[in-house]
Amino acid sequence: MLSPQFTKSEQFKVLVAKLGIDGHDRGAKVIARALKDAGFEVIYTGIRQTPQQIVSSALQEDVDVIGVSILSGAHIHHMKVLMEELKNAGASDIPVVIGGTIPLIDVDELKKIGVREVFLPGESLKRIVEIIRKLAEEKRRLESRG
Amino acid sequence: MGCAMGNLYDKNSLKEIKGSLEKWQNDILPKWLQQVPEREKEFTNLSNIQIKNLYTPLDIEDFDYNTKLGFPGTYPFTRGIHATMYRARLWTMRMFSGFGGPEETNNRLKFLIEHGETGLSLAFDYPTLIGIDPDDPMAEGEVGIVGVSVPSIEDMRIVFDGINMGEVTTNMTINPPAPVLLSFYVGVAEMQGVPYNKIGGTTQNDPLKEFIAQKSYVFPPEPAVRVSMDLIEWSVKNLPKWNPISVSGYHIREAGSTAVQELAFTIADGIEYVRQLISRGLDVDEFAPRISFFWDSHINFFEEIAKFRAARRMWAKIMKEWFHAKKERSMWMRFHTQTAGVSLTAQQPWNNIIRTAIEAMAAVLGGTQSLHTNSFDEPFRVPSEFAAKIALRTQQIIAYESGIADTIDPLAGSYYVEWLTDQIEEQAWKYIDKIEKLGGMLEAVKKGFPQREVTEASYNYQKQVDEKKKYIVGVNIFEENEVDEIRNVPLLEFDQAEIEKRQKARISKIKSERNKELWERSLNELRKAAEGDVNLMPYILQAAKAKATLGEIMNTLKEVFGSYVEPPIY
Repeated sequence: MLSPQFTKSEQFKVLVAKLGIDGHDRGAKVIARALKDAGFEVIYTGIRQTPQQIVSSALQEDVDVIGVSILSGAHIHHMKVLMEELKNAGASDIPVVIGGTIPLIDVDELKKIGVREVFLPGESLKRIVEIIRKLAEEKRRLESRG
Repeated sequence: MGCAMGNLYDKNSLKEIKGSLEKWQNDILPKWLQQVPEREKEFTNLSNIQIKNLYTPLDIEDFDYNTKLGFPGTYPFTRGIHATMYRARLWTMRMFSGFGGPEETNNRLKFLIEHGETGLSLAFDYPTLIGIDPDDPMAEGEVGIVGVSVPSIEDMRIVFDGINMGEVTTNMTINPPAPVLLSFYVGVAEMQGVPYNKIGGTTQNDPLKEFIAQKSYVFPPEPAVRVSMDLIEWSVKNLPKWNPISVSGYHIREAGSTAVQELAFTIADGIEYVRQLISRGLDVDEFAPRISFFWDSHINFFEEIAKFRAARRMWAKIMKEWFHAKKERSMWMRFHTQTAGVSLTAQQPWNNIIRTAIEAMAAVLGGTQSLHTNSFDEPFRVPSEFAAKIALRTQQIIAYESGIADTIDPLAGSYYVEWLTDQIEEQAWKYIDKIEKLGGMLEAVKKGFPQREVTEASYNYQKQVDEKKKYIVGVNIFEENEVDEIRNVPLLEFDQAEIEKRQKARISKIKSERNKELWERSLNELRKAAEGDVNLMPYILQAAKAKATLGEIMNTLKEVFGSYVEPPIY
């Protein structure tokens, strides 16, 4: 058996997911495309995903980062469930970021439940890609340590 | 070419203008440019059309006034569909609202009516928009957030409790479940004793743009179109005052299309619906006057004005020349406009008031019939009353102070605006030709053509913003660190969890108290009807009256039609 860092591709892998039932997929698709152009392998889930579906895709695809997009205003509720499901699946090591129509006042609460980064409307693609790259690198580093 | 009767310029004047233009270009302009070069290498609008430094009669040299413009209220309606336009009656200031449960929305509607509003406009929550009940696991955490939850005829009764449905008109922004919500509405109006010929309002009911942009689709494209056409056909025959469809470019634009794509794809959707209805044996003049449109008004001022003017001219031509409509009303492109939600920024949110004002001015200069202005706090949440009031006041300032509405189509004859109107129209026709070659919009949607075009355009735009080829104040130019300022925006607060609990309780009460036999029979009959090819509206209305819920009716149809799953293209 090879250790995980050798079986894994060098390319970082990101799951871009639309959590909940809103159909606004413009942002998710733009981010997916920007990540792909920046050399990431991207799995885009499409719309109307449940937390359970996202966790199972993340595990199955062995992703380095989960990027969630929500524009329905239901982000606190859905993210609590998602973070809980990740924990139950023993996958809390996968960093989760979120973007969408999120009021600044909700950022602290999202970070408190373990969301690593909250991207508010108007964020530049460059910064989003950089942060996701940093989180992916960090995850790989922790993995290789053991 | 030949000098038609309505040509604006004769050959001799054009020749003279050409001479003086060349002189200016060769002798005057270069000296200036040497000292002060232009700000940008190239200037483009949001459709990536190159904008020149100056427009002159030479840019519209063959311009034939009568064919291109005509007069307000005359073909091709470029200058407006009514002869009097805003000098007689201002546009309807129709502000879209709704949140929470039916009780909260009933209060809000009564408040609006007390303040003189008769044109109501309902925003539904996500579960209602995709046709699921509040007790569906997918609805958890979403009930009542972005609009009102109306999963049964009983909920609709509460929304209109104490409101005479014969005296108001109601716009319902609803798509796949449109026949169900219309049935709830008609059912409640009947309870109130309002006759069918007094029931007025609009259902958005535009299925194709759901696949292209809004993504609140439920059924696959073909049955989705069938259900929508059933509503239109039934409504044309039974509800003479109802606008059964609002063909919508708004969502296509918000999803990232260009102005040209918004125009072309929406008109192509309209063409598909007209064909569908004609193939059912309806006379074009019987239904076409009931078709209305819905546009976005984005931030590039002249581009939007040109788009609205081109839209009217194109639709009139299509109805007259392609479908041989005889009634002028069939050729009218009546439309509602909403300012661009996507143009609003979370950064320096107060600036959104200015953006909305510019966009609203473009809509008015473009001749809209009704207008919704967004509130500055919408990058964060459904608007607060304070923010919504400023948005409404913006329209009132344009209407009553600015003088913009005092003469009809004031920008007609501007070399730039007429040139741009022609450009946008020409480029939109190219897309329409392409869609026609694909077999019409239903086929094009099934092949993913407009979806790919929009995805591509939205990515290109975002790259332009990142590369500062397109500016957004506060986002990529004149940025500030203004965390406290944003924190101080007062947002609408309500207890979502409580509303969700109440809505779940009501649904379970309805389910336990209704006549089981009637309910079951109505759903069985609906299923059989869906398996055949009869109009589904009477069956949906019957089920709604038998207290079948929104989710149950939609699930019955899903069992027959299936559910659409989009291929995840990005």
